[in-house]
This record gives sequence, structure tokens and C-alpha cells, in this order.
Amino acid sequence: MSKEPVAVVGVGQTKHVAARRDVSIAGLVREAARAALDDAELTWADVDAVVIGKAPDFFEGVMMPELYLADALGAVGKPMLRVHTAGSVGGSTALVAANLIAGRVHGTVLTLAFEKQSESNAMWGLSLPIPFQQPLLAGAGGFFAPHVRAYMRRTGAPDHIGSLVAYKDRRNALKNPCAHLHEHDITLEKVQASPMLWDPIRYSETCPSSDGACAMVLTDRAGAARAPRPPAWMLGGAMRSEPTLFAGKDFVSPQAGKDCAADVYRQAQIADPRRDIDAVEMYVPFSWYEPMWLENLGFADEGEGWKLTESGVTELDGDLPVNMSGGVLSTNPIGASGMIRFAEAVLQVRGQAGEHQVEGARRVLGHAYGGGSQFFSMWLVGSERPGS
Amino acid sequence: MPEVLTAPLTVEFPFTRSLGPVQSAFLTGLRERVVLGVRTGDGRVLVPPVEYDPVTADEIRDLVEVAPTGTVTTWAWNHEPRRGQPLDTPFAWVLVRLDGADTALLHALDAPGPDAVHTGMRVRVRWAAEREGAITDIACFESYDGEQEQPTGHSGEFADAITKIVTPARLDYRYSPGRAQTAYLRALADRRTVGERCPSCHKVYVPPRGACPTCGVATTEQVEVGPAGTVTTFCIVNIKAKNLDIEVPYVYAHIALDGAGLALHGRIGGIPYDQVRMGLRVEPVWTEGARHPDHYRPTGEPDAEYDTYKELL
Repeated sequence: MSKEPVAVVGVGQTKHVAARRDVSIAGLVREAARAALDDAELTWADVDAVVIGKAPDFFEGVMMPELYLADALGAVGKPMLRVHTAGSVGGSTALVAANLIAGRVHGTVLTLAFEKQSESNAMWGLSLPIPFQQPLLAGAGGFFAPHVRAYMRRTGAPDHIGSLVAYKDRRNALKNPCAHLHEHDITLEKVQASPMLWDPIRYSETCPSSDGACAMVLTDRAGAARAPRPPAWMLGGAMRSEPTLFAGKDFVSPQAGKDCAADVYRQAQIADPRRDIDAVEMYVPFSWYEPMWLENLGFADEGEGWKLTESGVTELDGDLPVNMSGGVLSTNPIGASGMIRFAEAVLQVRGQAGEHQVEGARRVLGHAYGGGSQFFSMWLVGSERPGS
Repeated sequence: MPEVLTAPLTVEFPFTRSLGPVQSAFLTGLRERVVLGVRTGDGRVLVPPVEYDPVTADEIRDLVEVAPTGTVTTWAWNHEPRRGQPLDTPFAWVLVRLDGADTALLHALDAPGPDAVHTGMRVRVRWAAEREGAITDIACFESYDGEQEQPTGHSGEFADAITKIVTPARLDYRYSPGRAQTAYLRALADRRTVGERCPSCHKVYVPPRGACPTCGVATTEQVEVGPAGTVTTFCIVNIKAKNLDIEVPYVYAHIALDGAGLALHGRIGGIPYDQVRMGLRVEPVWTEGARHPDHYRPTGEPDAEYDTYKELL
């Protein structure tokens, strides 16, 4: 039996900020879920199951928060499950929800991801004092910076590429009312003058720490036929994993990322992603990851990704816009960041992205990664139902 | 088989909680010796209160004061109170349905022994002398044979309501790095770096983990690597981490020791930080009594060619 086509008929996000002191975690997820249901013109009773994701429990110190959130998400008496794949979790969560539709287990599923980073400290959560190990590392930036240097060496990319990405994404964020950072006075010079934290990564080339949630309503063909607004259709979706560290691991362009993208393109019958895909929302927590992922995802040959960035191809009005929403560089509630990528791809093909809309976007890729570049999740959504 | 190392690992953090309107009222109420519940769509009163109706999922905000007296609905005796529990002498964990509530609240009951506790017994709140807006403002419950106390009909509106609490969390683990890393650490004590070779792909893992993550087979053949190695890549750290006693800037490098199948991580010294480069040849510098090399310094050899280490990046 063939798979049921999966449609996205509702999207909701909170306004992402540094600290939402006015709401509990329940209140935060509720806002996004309510907004997604309103977009789909559905009620809690229309939802068959809830699939939720967030980053590690240490990031808020609530063990199994999904249990306490059942009331807030209308999940009482329904299946509710949690997905956990570190930073890629928002994407994986959406894909687990999508599979419940594709497998005809449920007709309509609410999927949601969140993080309230203000209640903890991610740098602490990532550097527990493991006995017998030498404490050396200063946060996620220290982990990823050497890989950025390796990319620069491998490709000969000039130093200013990272700043160009940050400058672009922060300007895109000004067109996205939900984005956390709205730096109205941003200039390229300001990015380049910001302090080096983990050379070669500058302060302005890193993501913020945000509180936020994102939700989507996924449904089958019957649900899509009842939807008040045009749905987005899933054309392909995949997840891949690999170990954090192993002999032969390519941190610059991990094999699991290449395999994951290839699987999505096969499902969606994409022969040439650069030609056949209109825009990308990719997980770029440090600006240099834009050219790195452009290569890993097959939008450029190895060593050529930075040239797309440098020549303006990835700008909002470029030929392959990347992170129209402002991306992770402008908004990073970790657990939700992957789902925001997936949801922003949906908004684009539904023509609902507002000021950061890419005109005529028909096929848009959402991408997330997590851990030590070891978990990948991606989906390609389109304005036309597959096979139609 | 030599003894495997173990050590305590304590994970501890003062998490904050933004309370939202309902928990804010509930905890502020405790500070004022008022216990609040919330009324659901079907007319029940839930204590402690929740923000969303468990039946309809509607937002619920109708706060109702209940009495500080109630009835034990079930209980379990705690013979040995642990750190952070409400009482430091043996006590009963109880579910108490307060008068006016339809659900029961979990707390501690101060009682001389399990024979003095029974389901259906009447109890009342013993308030803490110092209250700050926390569940611990109820010190515990105590046996009570008087009249049902009447609530004052409080509205749930407070001046100076608390909106945030700090909830320190702590987990105590016993950590063991396992057989392979124990052997690695023992060899480091003799200033030797010993990895393990995968019998299938023949790559040498440093530090070893006891298995090859690619081939999924156990690694047992011990192989000494180094002592010198090559800096494959690095970053210059300019921000001081709270838990690290290292002066900034410093160079955090990936170092492929000669003979190793992947790079390990270390600090580079003995050279100005802005002169460190990919391909730099380095060797470990040991300090008395330390488990790991303090840092790595240049050997003075010519830099390694990129092609010799590019597969180790």
C-alpha cells in the first residue's frame, strides 16, 4: 500500500525572545499550539495525537516535560510522545508526526517543539564535569570553530564569508516579526568589528539564546481538503545518524548529512537540488555553516559553497535564498530551532511568509542537525501534492 | 582483570521557573497562608491548580480558596528521609484532599510512626515560620481532630505576587569510564599514550572506548601512539569559561598523535597563540601529579604536509 500524502495545514510560532518571564513552559507551548490550530481553523478535539520535541532535559531541568504538558496541549486521552535528537530534534519531531500520517495511523497530528533557554544555561548543560576527563572546552562554539577552520583550509574560502552570512541573516530577521534578534542598525562593518570569541568565529557570527516554541498541524488528504488555506505537501523527509567521533569522520561534510539529503531528493525526485529547489531554511548556528551545508546538501560542489554566499545567491532576492526567516543566527530556542526551519519552509510554499516571502517558492527544503554534527533531519515541502 | 576506575559525578544546577499566572497565585498564596485551587469546566476544584482544563483543554483561571484542613486519601511511610526532603525524621508521604478540593495534594505528614497514620485521618497544614512563596511554605501536615477550618474566600489577587522561583536540582551518579579508558588512564600515569586498534578496520582509537564505533566490534589490541603528533585544526579561545582555570587567549587544538586513527583534543603552549597553525608538529608537556598532559608544545620539526593529515580533520 502506498503512503498517505502528508499535508501541513497549520503553523504557529511564539515571538522568540531572550526570556519569556510572563509564561510557564506550559503557557509557552500553548501559544504556539493555539496559533497553529487557529491557522488550520481546528480545535483540540480535531487532533488525534501529539508529538513533541525538545533538547536535553538538562536544558531546563524538567525530566520528561511532555508528561506535564499534556493538559496544555489538549493531549489528555490521546497518544502523546516525545522525540529527542539533540539540536536536530525539531526536525525529527515533525518527521515522526509526518510518519504517523503517512502510515495512516492518525488523520491529524499536532507536532510541537520548544525551549525555554532562560530557565537554564546551555553552556553548563553541554559541559558536565565528567570525571577523569580534562576540562578544555568553552561551549558549543569551541567545539565547532576548529571545523570551520578546517573548511576554510580545505576550500580556500576567504575570511569575510562568515560575516557576510551573519549580515544577511540579521537583515532577513528584520522582515520576520517572530525572530528574536531585530538589529535595526546592523552593518557588515559591525559584524566584522565584533569580538573574536573562538577564532575564527566572531560574536556576531553566533546564534542567540532564546525562549520560544513552534507548532504545526499535519494531516492527510481528507484533512487537507477541509483546510481553509492552501496546504504545504511533504515531498520527501529523512533522518540519518552517525557517531559523534570516529576514525574517518568528516566534520566539515558529514556522510550522514549527505545520505539524508540524498534520501530526501530520491523521494521527491529531485535530480539537481540547485535547479529544482527554490529556497532553503537550514540550521546555521555559526555563520560559516551556511557554505558548509550548501556543499553537504548538494547545492554546490565541494569547495564551491562559499562562492554562492559571496556572490549573493543566498540573499533573500538571490537565486537560492537561504534562511529567509533570519535563521538560527537570529533565533535559537534550541529544541524548537529545527522545527522552525521546517515550518518556515512550509510558510514559503504556502505563500504566507509575509515580508520574507520568496516570490513563487514552490519547493523549499527544511534542514536541521544536532549533537556533534551527528543527527540530521530534513524535509522538502511543496505547493503541489506529490503525484498530482 | 585490573580494577576499573570509578568516581562520583554530581550534576547540580539552580534552574529558574517562570510561573505563569496560576502557579504564581498558588505559591504567593502559600506565602500568605492561603491555599488556592482552580475550578475546572465541570465544576471540580483542583489543588494544586493547573493552567489548562484536563478535560476540555480550555485555559482555566477561576481561583478558589480551600481550607488548610483535609483528609488523607493514601500514604506511604518513609523510614529513612534523604537530603532535601521535607522532614529529617521518619515521616509519611501523604496525599491530602483539602476541604473544598476535589483532588489531593502530595506532601509530608509529621507522625510518630506508621501506626499513627491511616487513610481517612484528618490533618491540617503546619505552616513554615519563614515563607517565601514555595511549596515548602507548607512545612508539613499534622494530625488534627478539630473542626473544619473555613477558607476566607480569597480572590487569588495579591499585591507583590512572585512570578519566578529557583529550583535547585541535583543528581548524584557513580561514573565509570570503563575498561578501555581505565587502561588508557593508567598508561597516562606512566606518561605513555596507549590506544586500541580495531581488528576490522585497523584504525587506532585514542582514547579507546573498548569498541570501534564504525565496525561495531570490540577493540582489545593495545597500541602505543605518539608521543609527538600534528595539529590538524584548532581555534583560539578568547572567552573564559566559568568552570575552566585557563588564561585566555589559548589555543584549543585537535592533535593527531603519530599512529592514531583520529585526533584528540588538547591545549597548545610554548608558542604565541597567533603563531599556531595547521600542520604544526607538537609533543606533550607533563606536569607533576597531573593525569593528562598539561599542554602540547612545538617539537621544532618542519610542519606536516596537509596531505599527510587531511583525512584526520
